[in-house]
Amino acid sequence: MESHSYRTPLGRARGLGSAHEGVGRFIAERATSVALVPLCLWAVYAGLKLAPIGYAGATAFLESPFNAVMSVLLIGVSVSHMDMGMHVIIEDYVHKTTSKIALLLLSTAVCWVFGALGIVSVLKVALMSVGAH
Amino acid sequence: MSQIKAGVGTAVRARPLSPHMQVWRWHITMAASIATRASGVALYVGVLIIAGLATSLAMGEQAYGIYTGLLGSPLGMLVLFGLTVAVFYHLAAGLRHLVFDSGKGFIPATANLTAWACFAFGLVAALLVWAGYFLWGR
Repeated sequence: MESHSYRTPLGRARGLGSAHEGVGRFIAERATSVALVPLCLWAVYAGLKLAPIGYAGATAFLESPFNAVMSVLLIGVSVSHMDMGMHVIIEDYVHKTTSKIALLLLSTAVCWVFGALGIVSVLKVALMSVGAH
Repeated sequence: MSQIKAGVGTAVRARPLSPHMQVWRWHITMAASIATRASGVALYVGVLIIAGLATSLAMGEQAYGIYTGLLGSPLGMLVLFGLTVAVFYHLAAGLRHLVFDSGKGFIPATANLTAWACFAFGLVAALLVWAGYFLWGR
């Protein structure tokens, strides 16, 4: 907000109409949260399953196409949901434009990099073990 | 909070206090709101840990052994237990907010009850999962 302006934020916004964006984001937040209901329950199940079975067990676990698909969906949908969630938190608490933009870009970059790492890793294990047969 | 003091001699009404960080009574709905955000941030880190686990698995047996060794250490298990609480709490709180989005559940008594229910579910579900794992899972 410009410090030299005496106009209130409401006064500046009044009469401009809606931003004509934001509904898509609103829906995406809810859609990913609904998708994550079964996915996060499956994640807890997978964690319990993987904990005692070691490396060979874990690679065998991902040989199942169902488990591989669920793992990819879990990581992909989670990364999308947490990107949007962190976006809201940063916008709520960081008001300096440069810091805000830097943090938003950093958070999105972290989500995309770890999302790509996770999904490529799952696919590598799942597909390599298929090839090894 | 403002309270009417029906004292005998001095029937003085306590002046209402403006909502402020230091004089605002702690509500369970406020705690639930903060905890939803906090658990979301925790789960952000949790997803990074899961992506790291997948990466270590793809790197091979040695990397996976080191990574799962860290997760299986006392500190690692504490973090994983915290993430289990966070995932169940955030799940319940997320469903509560989907109901809020439909315009329902805002009556104070209902909102207080569902806030408590989210905390209870998060803790109880996490304890059951971990108890189940230590009793039968291994």
